[in-house]
Amino acid sequence: MGPGAVIARLTVSGLLGRRRAAVLVVLPLVLLVLAGVFRAVGGQDLRTAVLLLSTLGLGTVVPLLCVVVGTGVVGPEIEDGSILYLLSKPLRRSLIVLSKLAVAVATSWALLVPSVLVAGVLLVGTAQRLAVAYALAAAVAAVAYCALFLLLAVLTRNAVVIGLLYALIWETTIAGVVPGARVLSVRQWAYAVAEAVAGDEAVRQGVDSDVGLTTSIVLLALVTGLASTYAVRRLRALRLGGQE
Amino acid sequence: MTTIEVEAVSRWFGNVVAVNDVTMRIGPGVTGLLGPNGAGKSTLLNMVGGFLPPSTGTVALDGRPTWRDEQIYRGVGLVPEREGMYEALSGAELVLANARLHGLPDARGAARRAIDAVEMSAAADRPLSTYSKGMKQRIKMATALVHDPAVLLLDEPFNGMDPRQRMQLMDLLSQLGEQGRTVLFSSHILEEVEQIAGSIQVMVAGRHAASGDFREIRRLMTERPHQYVVRSSDDRALAAAVIAGGSAFGVELRADPAGGGALHVQAADVGRFSHALPVLAAQHGVRLFEVAPEDESLESVFAYLVER
Repeated sequence: MGPGAVIARLTVSGLLGRRRAAVLVVLPLVLLVLAGVFRAVGGQDLRTAVLLLSTLGLGTVVPLLCVVVGTGVVGPEIEDGSILYLLSKPLRRSLIVLSKLAVAVATSWALLVPSVLVAGVLLVGTAQRLAVAYALAAAVAAVAYCALFLLLAVLTRNAVVIGLLYALIWETTIAGVVPGARVLSVRQWAYAVAEAVAGDEAVRQGVDSDVGLTTSIVLLALVTGLASTYAVRRLRALRLGGQE
Repeated sequence: MTTIEVEAVSRWFGNVVAVNDVTMRIGPGVTGLLGPNGAGKSTLLNMVGGFLPPSTGTVALDGRPTWRDEQIYRGVGLVPEREGMYEALSGAELVLANARLHGLPDARGAARRAIDAVEMSAAADRPLSTYSKGMKQRIKMATALVHDPAVLLLDEPFNGMDPRQRMQLMDLLSQLGEQGRTVLFSSHILEEVEQIAGSIQVMVAGRHAASGDFREIRRLMTERPHQYVVRSSDDRALAAAVIAGGSAFGVELRADPAGGGALHVQAADVGRFSHALPVLAAQHGVRLFEVAPEDESLESVFAYLVER
């Protein structure tokens, strides 16, 4: 087992402990249950599906789950000091950050992609490509969110609170309402992916991003790259010793 | 053989100076970093371990600055004071993970040897969450020793240990020192330090107050004038007798806020004063109610050392 795999294993053991694991399961369950309820009440309806997958799925469940996972892969270790067992090794800090990001992305994919896919299928069936489009959008959004929230956890002890405020105020509210803010929203960039995959009928029903596909993919890659690079820099200079 | 070089190092946090212009060289063997809580010991250890940059000055291992150089950890083992340590794992798993993080060719063998060295083989497969404080401390030692480092840094390693665990750890540290490793540990308890440390560095209020072997430090501490508070049936008569007897530099009669009074004696020689006082009291028909050392706290001893 190489150092990267060991870091991943230690990260998983911390991430899936205690209450965090419960929160991780509850969020996708809410999406599935609501999709089931809408299906039972209203049958298969494209407009309802787009509304639910956009606002609750991409707009709320994806960023919230990524807050928990992205901060959870490094925040608790910094908080309790166990990160010292990783930092006191002759390891490149980029290996530590990338291993942790890989765990965060894999965990969020494992939870988000199937639940968004199943919710989509429940709401519109398999005839439309909507379920696949939103699952893919959730997957790309999760990468950028995880990188952002991992960085946040390296920067501050209040990463969860700040991450939640960002997710709820910026991604869920402002970026959904204020046109100018949409350009700077991971959610909108992910929509562009959903829009490209979903097909014309879905686009007519409101799968619509303010940002072009190419721009979105470039911005998603840029945010992920910059956040990870900065996290490596900050981890290199992480001060464990405070005032006595 | 590695030497820790601390050169004109200061470290401040905002307006608070935690370490103030400290210079020391620490060679192979066991060195105790002694000082009261808040003296700057942990801050200094963090700088030596590369987890904190000095505000001014340099901290280096054999000339190589420790800050922002992860390659130093090939030769450095750290035993932190904090307890956080992946509690879902067993002791053996944690030590093995550390061996693998170091990229050791025979990680399993190295982990087994380190666990044997700290005498934790019997409990190694239990989850860390079930360990006592002393067991956690020993597993932390094993994680620090797994790559056979030349330098071992330990922050308050004896905190919370029972006497037997303390003895075991002291033996282990002594062995490591005898093997030629540079072992630096912090403590606020003189007795701990003098039992195993060949050399002692005393820190008080961020400053490097004294250094030497434990005899020198002991001498500095015992040669200082001792203050006693004495309450008796006739403080005034006793004061005159003590001064005339020559076993004290000075006496002072002070009124107690609670009423009554007490005699504050600055003894020249502790042994002589403690023998002379009851004799003098008996000769002058004075009854002694209380004789208590006034300043035996470690802080006052350290404070005295700094004032020199």
